[in-house]
Amino acid sequence: MNIFVCIKQVPDTETKVVPNKDGSFIETSSIKWIMNPYDEFAVEQALLVKGTNANINVTVARVGSVQSSEALRTALAMGADDAILVEAADNLDSYTTAKALKLAIEKSGKKPDLILTGKQAIDSDCLQVPQLLAQMMGLPSVSVVVGFELNGENLVLKREIEGGALEIYNVGLPCLVACGKGLNTPRYASLPGIMKAKKKPLTQHTLAALGISDADRKVKYSEFKLPPEKPAGKKFDASEEQNIGKVVKEVVTLLRNEAKVI
Amino acid sequence: MAKVLVFAEPHGTTVKSVTFEILGKAQGHNLEVVTIGNLGAGTLQDLAKYGAQKVHTIKGKNLEKYSPEGYAEALHDFISKGNYDYVFAGATSAGKDFFPRLAGMFNSGMASDVVNFLFEGDKWYGTRPLFAGKCLAKVELQGSKPHFITIRPNALGLPSAPKSASPTTSEFSHDVTSMRAVIKEIVKGASEKLDLTEANIIVSGGRAMGNADNFKVLNQLADVIGATVGASRAAVDSGFAPHSMQVGQTGRTVSPSLYIACGISGAIQHLAGMRTSKVIVAINTDKDAPIFTKADYGIVGDLFKVVPVLTQELKNLLGK
Repeated sequence: MNIFVCIKQVPDTETKVVPNKDGSFIETSSIKWIMNPYDEFAVEQALLVKGTNANINVTVARVGSVQSSEALRTALAMGADDAILVEAADNLDSYTTAKALKLAIEKSGKKPDLILTGKQAIDSDCLQVPQLLAQMMGLPSVSVVVGFELNGENLVLKREIEGGALEIYNVGLPCLVACGKGLNTPRYASLPGIMKAKKKPLTQHTLAALGISDADRKVKYSEFKLPPEKPAGKKFDASEEQNIGKVVKEVVTLLRNEAKVI
Repeated sequence: MAKVLVFAEPHGTTVKSVTFEILGKAQGHNLEVVTIGNLGAGTLQDLAKYGAQKVHTIKGKNLEKYSPEGYAEALHDFISKGNYDYVFAGATSAGKDFFPRLAGMFNSGMASDVVNFLFEGDKWYGTRPLFAGKCLAKVELQGSKPHFITIRPNALGLPSAPKSASPTTSEFSHDVTSMRAVIKEIVKGASEKLDLTEANIIVSGGRAMGNADNFKVLNQLADVIGATVGASRAAVDSGFAPHSMQVGQTGRTVSPSLYIACGISGAIQHLAGMRTSKVIVAINTDKDAPIFTKADYGIVGDLFKVVPVLTQELKNLLGK
């Protein structure tokens, strides 16, 4: 059985984002890159399945810049078997990314039984690549999955929707599962795991070698800018208990008469 | 004039309100609506009022309930026959799930979670947040049409005075024959309230809540003002609240009219997820907490003492 996990490298959640000079993207020179948090759940889920059967091969694939392939090495150190890196700029659109992943998976010669991804990348926030990849590969997909049960060739998946409600899906393999938070607790890479990861195979492709060009791009971005800052608000001191009543009255009056939201 | 189609997602007896927001903003173009399943007469009237010239209803086998493949396949069939320039949907759970698949079936581009847009002639330009709202960018679509766009609920706002009109309706039939991922059951969430992403008012608690039980203080306030309760990552990671309640970069990005942050210090990834709220109230004991830099009204004080007083005050005001 072949499992593919598609991951992305994204700026750390604590990153202060700064648009670059011409507004075509953000400044990337001093960013700390991490594995997209939702992708950690995907890697962990693959390893949990692998834990049940030694004949399972887990390949982790990533499309992005080569400045550091940290995220792939992390996944290998956690226990994935091999890795594929498609060299590309970090601001590809979802369509190009999905196409690159599809072609890279096909090029590996392994037929995927299960593809796992995070539900979204926390940088571009598009939530498109999993569904696009599934569509391009002719696979069913279930997204925002917080419960995963594999019985033979059949999956029972819990997908989280509005208000924390769950849709329970039945789906057979092969299929694509986009993972949400709460699905599992991702393991940390062990020291021996990190040592072993250095020797695990990492195949590298360029977009051009996969036959992808600029003409594949469907979404164009420009004018990256910071959101407008709000003017300073009003602050009230209710740290002394006797002030609470007065302060609350004042704020409620403002909410009604000034902000008009109550 | 561009030929625009808006997917109206069924919601109880009506449709998701983001449908009306999109219609309001796309006025002046050739506007049609498509939905799956039956709509009430009142809803049809409302869609027409907000500018829908035609309302199409798709009916057929295996379309009784949502499925990503079923919805995408039925809409693909319908849209293929219509020569549309732009197809919109709300960035709801379903919209986010099946729209990329639908766009992929046309080999077309899609812009996700757009918060504002305009047309220059027939050409569409949007604005969307990236990095959970830490920055904004202009987005445009290229390549073959139709182009696909999902709109964040609550971002555009409703137009004020819809005109009265009657819709032209038509039915389209499509039977879904092969569906692999099938919903066998839906489990309701703990709360029947609006989802965080659609809520008009949100009351959120942070690490200072101390435990899950203490969220009842916020629930009482939320009940009085019809709010949905959220939580910061610190509160979720400490096990005080489920992940479905998390606001921030690794949770929900929200833009309610009123956001009340209780005992939330304001980590950068939380601020990113709620900064587009129209009015922000923060309650925190630390007068230097970063949340106050984003708050319209900041109250320095203990949430456990302030919130009950606030709840009572609002109860009196709203006559509950």
